[in-house]
Amino acid sequence: MTLDKAKKGQTVIIKNINDNEIRVQAIRLGLYEGAHVNCSGKIPFGPVILSNRLQEIAVGRELAKRITIEVCDLKEGA
Amino acid sequence: MNCCDKINIDIPKGAKKIVLAGNPNVGKSVFFNALTGMYVDVSNFPGTTVDVSHGKFGNDVVIDTPGVYGVSSFNDEERVAKDVILYGDIILNVVDALHIERDLFLTLQIMDMGKPMIVALNMMDDIERNGIDLDVKKLSELLGVPVIPTVAVKGKGLEEVKKNIHNAKIGNANPQILEMVKEYIHKVGEQSEALMVVEEDEDILKEYSLTSKGKREEVYRLRREQVDKIVSEIIKKEGKGNTFRYKLGQYMLNPITGIPMLAVSLYVMFKVIGVFVAGDVVGITEGVIMGEHYEPFIRKIASGLLGDNTLLYRVFAGEFGLFTLTPTYMLGLLLPLVIAFYFFMSIMEDSGYLPRIAALVDRVLSFLGMNGRAIIPIILGFGCITMATITTRLLGTRREKIIATALLGLTIPCSAQMGVIAGLIAPLGAKYLMIYSFTILAVFVLTGTLLNKVLPGKSSDLFIDLPPIRMPRLSNVLSKTWTKSWMFIKEATPLFALGALIITILNETNALVAIQDAVQPITVGLLKLPKEAANAFIMGIIRRDFGAAGLTDLSMSASQTVVALIVITLFVPCIASIMILFKERSKKEAIYIWLGSFVTAFLVGGAVAWMII
Repeated sequence: MTLDKAKKGQTVIIKNINDNEIRVQAIRLGLYEGAHVNCSGKIPFGPVILSNRLQEIAVGRELAKRITIEVCDLKEGA
Repeated sequence: MNCCDKINIDIPKGAKKIVLAGNPNVGKSVFFNALTGMYVDVSNFPGTTVDVSHGKFGNDVVIDTPGVYGVSSFNDEERVAKDVILYGDIILNVVDALHIERDLFLTLQIMDMGKPMIVALNMMDDIERNGIDLDVKKLSELLGVPVIPTVAVKGKGLEEVKKNIHNAKIGNANPQILEMVKEYIHKVGEQSEALMVVEEDEDILKEYSLTSKGKREEVYRLRREQVDKIVSEIIKKEGKGNTFRYKLGQYMLNPITGIPMLAVSLYVMFKVIGVFVAGDVVGITEGVIMGEHYEPFIRKIASGLLGDNTLLYRVFAGEFGLFTLTPTYMLGLLLPLVIAFYFFMSIMEDSGYLPRIAALVDRVLSFLGMNGRAIIPIILGFGCITMATITTRLLGTRREKIIATALLGLTIPCSAQMGVIAGLIAPLGAKYLMIYSFTILAVFVLTGTLLNKVLPGKSSDLFIDLPPIRMPRLSNVLSKTWTKSWMFIKEATPLFALGALIITILNETNALVAIQDAVQPITVGLLKLPKEAANAFIMGIIRRDFGAAGLTDLSMSASQTVVALIVITLFVPCIASIMILFKERSKKEAIYIWLGSFVTAFLVGGAVAWMII
């Protein structure tokens, strides 16, 4: 699924970022393929907020549609 | 090549270049001031709006760099930082302890350059406040360089950093990355450049006529994995992240709480800038200082030197004179407004509020073909269109810059003009205020939507770091405000002077009167206004507020006043912003935007006139 479908509070694994320029910048901010991040907020129809520890990043909704993720709900699995 | 060729920093023989590097808003400037004391020089980096400060620490030279997330060429700030860091002798890397997983990327990148470095682990008080346990000794061990915990704003650890500058060490570079770098070291000047070759930096590749091997992503990934590994080893206890500041950041992003907060902030800005600065302060700076003292003084000298009312007198000291109108406009009117706006923007930036506003409004602006970052030039536009047009540089793509520039020139009334418009519209009552506001808003939305549809290409998406909410530091805010305001004055003054000269020529050759006659059919026939209104429109080219003020003397009905105000608002921006428009955009784009605003102003004004008059 894509990042725009993630729900607030979910932990997700980044699978693929389909944008060459952003992919490189994203690695610097901790979003690389395989990274576990938290979806800490969603502005209605707007950006998705991702966080890793205290680092927060706003990802525009259109860009979020080009980021493939997998939901990793540890609590349910445990 | 050397960084200091570009910015003209004098490096004495034997002196070392100590370079400050760090992510945005980590408190670098406090370290810079602690090292250099009072004597600081600021140099502009050619071709950018980026300034670099430098000063002395003993015999050595300290150079500050703009805050960046890494050394590369994604924007002007990064290019400038890169040019300085690559050729530094000692790097003082300031790291935000609270955001260590973000900041260490830059740290490790500098280590891969093989630069002697020392890390100042700043904001250690935030670590305690959040209940985080961070092993500083372990971090120093893993990096292989001295790490000094600091709380710079309280002066804690600064002496320690000063004492240890010369204990800087070359850190433990990533062995896999080092292997790739080795291949190029003999082909370029030094290891730092070799790293840039591996990381596909266009400037360095071009300089050495090398081609990229597509290794950047791999290098970044290796480094990122190393950062995550280090973080997992040094964080002994995670905090709850549940502090008041963290929650405040959340409230700013949530539309239910965020929109009212934004409305209040903008209202305070409007009250302070629109009412106090644009009214009271400008009344003194423009009216009294420039109008009553400076201009009469200049006129007296000029008439003595050049004769009374000669052509030269009119060029230098006349109505649009180079030594009268230009300084009065730039220093008396614009400077106080520009300072006030940059002051508020710096507070919003340093507190971490600005990126959150950008995220909040991203969706709305995306309909107009821009992303949330465009809110910065739009807010600045209410202060001064010229200043805002310069700021469109920070937008990602050419199409976003065109859309933002066109919207600024067309629809946003600057604070100088807004004062006059408010004065004229207030007595007419709510109905006319509604007609005016609705028309301008409709043009704003329609123009943006239309340009978004017709312009080729795609706008860039929002992708920004949301730094933690912090109390902005006054000294930082003031120095930022001053740097930006000064840069604006330096950039805009020559252009405005040139514009004033053109207007004087048009006036002397009677071209202004000819234009007034030419537009009269439009004024009277299409807009149903008295023919003298054309004068106000012509004056509006020189200064937007002149245009609006020119309407005050005409006797017009309420409907006519509203039509005239709509035309004046949509009409071309002032001469200073036209000059900036031509400087920032290509000639073709600038002419389209300029002529487009004429056509739109008259068509929209005409349409409203036929509906309400």
